[in-house]
Amino acid sequence: MVLEVLMEVLIPAIMAQIIDVGVAEMDMNYILLMSAFLILTALLSLFFGVMGAKFGSDAGAGFSTNLRHDLYSKVQEFSFSDIDRFSPSSLITRLTTDVQRVQQLFTMSIRMFVRSPMMLIFSSIMAFRAGGVLAMIFIIVLPILALAIAIMVKITYSYFNAAFKGYDRFNQVVGENLSGIRTVKAYVREDKEKVKFGESAENIRYNFTKAQKMMAAMSPLMMFVSYGCMIAISYFGAKLVNVGSMDTGSLMSIFTYTGQILSSLMMTGMIVVMYTMTKPSMERVAEVLSSKSSMDENEDGEKVVPDGSISFENVDFGYKEGSKVLKNINLEIKSGEMVGVIGTTGSGKTTLVSLIARLYDTTNGRVKVGGRDVREYNLDALRDSVSVVLQKNTLFSGSVRENLQWGKEDATEEEMKRALDISSALSFVMEKEGGLDYHVEQGGSNFSGGQRQRLCIARALLKSPKILIMDDSTSAVDTKTDRKIRESLRRDVNSMTRIIISQRVSSIEDADKIVIMNAGRIEDVGTHSQLMERNAGYRNLYETQTKGRE
Amino acid sequence: MGKMKFGEKAKNPKATFLRLMKDVFEGRYALILLIVFCIILSAFATTYSASFIGSFIDDVVIPLKGVDNPDFTKAIQYLCKFALVVAVSIVASFACSYIMVGVAQKAIFDMRIKMFDKLESLPLSYFDKNARGSIMSRFANDTDTLNQLVANGLVQLLTAAMTLVMVLVSMALNSWILLLVVIAFIFITLYVTGLIGKKSGAYFKAQQKALGDVNGYIEEMMNGQRVVKVFTHEEKCKEEFEVLNKDLEKCMAKANTWAGSMGPVNNNLGHLQYVVLVLAGAVAIIARPDIYTIGALAAFLQLSKSFSNNISQISQQANNVLLALAGAERIYKLLDETGEMDDGDVTLVRVKGEGEAMEECKERTGRWAWKVPEKDKTVLVPLKGGVVVDHVDFSYDGEKTVLHDISLYAKPGQKIAFVGSTGAGKTTITNLLNRFYNIQKGTITIDGVDIRRIKLNDLRRSMAMVLQDTNLFTGTVRENIRYGNPQASDDDVIKAAKLANAHEFIMMMKDGYDTVITNNGENLSQGQRQLLSIARAAIADPPIMVLDEATSSIDTHTETLVQSGMDKLMENRTVFVIAHRLSTVRNSNAIMVLENGRIIERGDHEDLLKEKGVYYSLYTGKTELS
Repeated sequence: MVLEVLMEVLIPAIMAQIIDVGVAEMDMNYILLMSAFLILTALLSLFFGVMGAKFGSDAGAGFSTNLRHDLYSKVQEFSFSDIDRFSPSSLITRLTTDVQRVQQLFTMSIRMFVRSPMMLIFSSIMAFRAGGVLAMIFIIVLPILALAIAIMVKITYSYFNAAFKGYDRFNQVVGENLSGIRTVKAYVREDKEKVKFGESAENIRYNFTKAQKMMAAMSPLMMFVSYGCMIAISYFGAKLVNVGSMDTGSLMSIFTYTGQILSSLMMTGMIVVMYTMTKPSMERVAEVLSSKSSMDENEDGEKVVPDGSISFENVDFGYKEGSKVLKNINLEIKSGEMVGVIGTTGSGKTTLVSLIARLYDTTNGRVKVGGRDVREYNLDALRDSVSVVLQKNTLFSGSVRENLQWGKEDATEEEMKRALDISSALSFVMEKEGGLDYHVEQGGSNFSGGQRQRLCIARALLKSPKILIMDDSTSAVDTKTDRKIRESLRRDVNSMTRIIISQRVSSIEDADKIVIMNAGRIEDVGTHSQLMERNAGYRNLYETQTKGRE
Repeated sequence: MGKMKFGEKAKNPKATFLRLMKDVFEGRYALILLIVFCIILSAFATTYSASFIGSFIDDVVIPLKGVDNPDFTKAIQYLCKFALVVAVSIVASFACSYIMVGVAQKAIFDMRIKMFDKLESLPLSYFDKNARGSIMSRFANDTDTLNQLVANGLVQLLTAAMTLVMVLVSMALNSWILLLVVIAFIFITLYVTGLIGKKSGAYFKAQQKALGDVNGYIEEMMNGQRVVKVFTHEEKCKEEFEVLNKDLEKCMAKANTWAGSMGPVNNNLGHLQYVVLVLAGAVAIIARPDIYTIGALAAFLQLSKSFSNNISQISQQANNVLLALAGAERIYKLLDETGEMDDGDVTLVRVKGEGEAMEECKERTGRWAWKVPEKDKTVLVPLKGGVVVDHVDFSYDGEKTVLHDISLYAKPGQKIAFVGSTGAGKTTITNLLNRFYNIQKGTITIDGVDIRRIKLNDLRRSMAMVLQDTNLFTGTVRENIRYGNPQASDDDVIKAAKLANAHEFIMMMKDGYDTVITNNGENLSQGQRQLLSIARAAIADPPIMVLDEATSSIDTHTETLVQSGMDKLMENRTVFVIAHRLSTVRNSNAIMVLENGRIIERGDHEDLLKEKGVYYSLYTGKTELS
C-alpha cells in the first residue's frame, strides 16, 4: 500500500516532466519515453493498489472474524453471574451491531490510516521538491485547517451523540407501540402515543439539523482553503516562474499535490469523526473481552461424582455484595431421594438449587455433592452429573432429535423414546410429522408451553445424571400430566436424586422430603404429613390450593 | 454493513421519486429556485477554476517568463477575478447544503410523524402479518437513508450533473479531438467498473447472508446461553460458531477485495487517459502550434479530470439513490395501507337526568349514553353494557373460518365465561367485541346499537381489557396506571391500585408510584404486572370488561391478590372472561364451551355438569386442556 501511494505521488512528477521538458521543447522522443514510463508506473500502481485492497480486506475480514471468535469464546467462559450482569440482549447487541460497527471502522481506516498520512508526507515532500519555498504555504495553512476541523468535529460530535441517544428513545416508543398495540387500541391512547412519538422525533430532528448544518460548513471550508492555496500558489508561482526558478510543469504538479494533501487531510478528519462515533461500540466490545470469568472452572478437579447425595453447610449467598438471598442454609439430602422445594416468589428456591450445579459460588459456607465440596470437582464433570431443568428454558432450532442430543450426543432412538416417555412427551412428538425429526423453531415456538417444558425434561433426563433438578418445570403442564410425570420419575429413575421446585403443593406432596423456603431461610423440612401436622402455613397453602377440587 | 448495501432495489423508482419530491418540496418553490441557482453557481465555479489554470499559465505565466521588471497587475487582475468567482461559489454551495439539511430533516420528521399516525390507525391484522423488526426498520433505517438522499445525495447528484454539462461544453470548445479521447475512456471505465461491480455485488450478497447466519446464531445462542452452560455444551457451540464465522470471513474478504479494487482501477485508468491526452496534445501542439498551446492542454487536462470525477460521483450516487428509493417505496407502502374502518356515527356522551329528561352534558357525572343520530332526531341510549352476538362467522384471512355461527347474549352485569382448549376461538370472540377485527357475517350489538355504527374510539372506551400478557410502557407506575384514563387524578390512581391489590407492592418499590418502569417492566414479576394491568382497567371504569385469565404460574400469595383483584373488577359489570379458574367459571351466569370455533355446550355450571359432556370431563379432569 505504501508503494501504491508512492506511485501515485510519483505520477504527477512524471507528468510535470512531460510538460516541462517534452512539450515545452517539443521533444517527441522524450515525450514517448516518459509516457511509457508513466504507463509503467500506472500499471505498478494498479497492481499495488489491487494487492493493497486484497490485503486490506483480508486483514479487515480476519480482524472481525477473530474479534467475533474471541468474544464468543469469552462468553462461553462466562459464569451465570457474568451472564446476569451483561444480560443476553445486551450481549447480542455487542456481538452483532457493535462488532459490525467496529469492523466497518477498521476496514475503512486500515486503508485510510496508512494512505492518508503517507499521502500527506509523500505529497508534501514532492511539493517541496517541486516548489521549494512555494510549499511553505502549506506549513501555514495546514495547522489552521486541522484546528478548524478539530473544533468542528468536537461540536458536531456532541450533537450527534445527543441525536443517537434520541434514537434510543425513538426506537423505544415505536417498539413499545408495536408490542403493545392491543393495549394502545383498547384504551384509545393513540393520540397520546402520537404526542410521545412526536417529541422523540423532534428531538432527533433538532440535534441532527444542528450537527449536519455544522457539517455543511465543512466542505465549503475545504473549498475555501484549497482555492485560497491555489490563488496564493498561482501568484507566487507566477513570480517564481518569472525569475526562472520554477518551471510551468512544476507549478502544475504543485496544484495536483495541493489537491492530494488537502484530500488526505479531509480523510484523516473523517476517520476522526468515525472513530468518535464508533467509540461507544468499541468500549462495549472491550468490556466483554476484558471481563474475567468470575468462576474458576477447576480443570484439574475431581472428574467423578460418586453419588447423588447433597449437603449444604452454613451456606450464605448473595448475587450482589451486601444483600443476602440465602441465609445460613443447612440441609442434607441422601442419594436417590425425591425432594420437593416450595415457597413464595423471591424466597430463594431457585438460588438454593443453583448452588448445587455450581451455577453460582456460595458467599459463605459450602455445598457438597457426593461428599465433596462442589469446588473440588472439574466444573464440566460436576454439571454432567447434575442436570438442571431451568425455569426459563430454551429449545434450539433444529430437529427434536438434535435437541435431545444436547443431553447425550450418541443417544440411541430407544434411549430418546424412553426419556420422552418418562416426561410424557412421547405421544405428542410421535404425532408430529417425522416424529423425532420434526423441526423445532427457534425458541421452540411451534410447541405449546407445556410441551416445551416436557421436551426440556426429556433432554435433561438423557444425561442420566446423578442429580436431577426441576425448577418449576411443569408449571404450564396440566395437573393430570404433571402427576403422570411425577409417577414415572418416581418409578423409572429412582436411583437419581430428584429435586422438584414448584408453586403447587400437589406437585410435591408425595416427595420423600419437602423443604419450605421463606425469605432466604429454610423454614421447615419434613414429609407432607409431618408438615400438615406441624406447619400452619403449609396447611393453609394446601387448603387454598385444593379448595374446590372435590 | 459493508460500504455498499445490496438490498432490494426499488420496483418503480420513477413514481416513488416523483412522490418523494412532492412530499419534500411541496409549498417550498422559492427554496427550489434558490437551490437550483446555487447549484448552477457552484458548478460554474468548478468548471471555471478547472480552465482557470490553463488560461493563467498561457496568458500570465508564460509571457512573464524571464521578463525583467515584470508587471504583475495582469496576474493580480486574473487572480481577483478568480477569487470572486470562487467566493461566490463557496457561499452558494454552503447556502445550498445549509438549506438542504434543514429541509431534509423537516421532511424526514414530517414523514415519520405521518408514518406513526398511520401505524396507530392500522388494524390489528396488519400487526399480525408484519414482523416487528421489519416495521421498526422502516422507521429507523429507511427514513435514515432517505435523509441521506435528500440532504446530500440530491444536491451532489444535481451539482455533478450540472458540472458535467458545463465541463463538457468547455472541453468541446477547447478541443473536440481530445474530447473524443475522453469519451472513449468513459466507456472503458464504465465497462470495467460495471464488471467489477457485478463481481463484488455477488460477493456482497453472499456476505450479507453469511452475516445474517452468524448474527442469527449469536442471537439464538445468547438467549439460551444458560442452557448451554447447564449442558456443558460450550465447546460444541464454539465449533459450530467457528464454521459460520469462517464462512463469513471468506465472503467478506472477497467482497471487499473486489470493491476495494474499484478505486485503484479507476485511478489508473485516469492516469492512462492522461498519458493518451498528453501524447495527443503534444502531437497537436507540435503540429499546429498556432492553434494549440500548452495552457490549453493544461486546461484540458484539468477539465478531463473534473469530468471523470463527476462521472464517478454520479455513478456512486446513482446506486445510493436507488437504495434510498427502495426504502422510500417501503415507507410509502406503509403509508398506503388502509387504516381501520371507522365510519360510525354513534358517539358516547356524558349525560345527566333520567329517562325522558336525560340530556347531554359536559360535567363528569359518571354516566354515559350512546348518542344515536336517527333520520330527523338524535336518540340517547343509556350505556348499560348489554351485549348481543348474533350468528357471527369470522375468519382472519377471508379463507379459513375460525368462528362458526356464534350467538350469545349478556345482559348488563352478567358474567359470561369461555372455556375450551387453545385455538378453540376464545380470544378471537373477545377481539371481535371491540372491533380489533371485523366480523364477516352476523351482528354484534351493545345496548341495541350495532357496533359497526359506533365510532371506534367510543366503542373501545366503553370496555376495558385485561390481557394475559401485560404491556407496560416506559414511564412511572402512576403513568402506567393512568393509561386507562388520562384524566384520572392521583387519588383515582391510588384508589384503582388499591382495588387491584397493587398498592401494597407499589409502596414497597423505591419511589412508590413514581418508580420508573423500563423495558416492559423487566424488574416486576408476572403477577405484579398483572396487578398493574388490573389497576389500569379499574381506572378506566367501563361498564364492559374483557378478562383473559393468566395461566402462567405465579406464587400463591400473588395469585390470591390477582384473583381477588379480578373479582372486585368484575363486580357490577358485564364481563367476558376467558376462564382458567374454577371459581370464576362457577360464578358465571353462563359458560360457553368452545371447540374448533363453535359453541358446543352452554349453560351454567350446574346445567353443564348434568349434561355430562365436554365440560363435565374437563371439570373432572378426564381431558387435558393444552
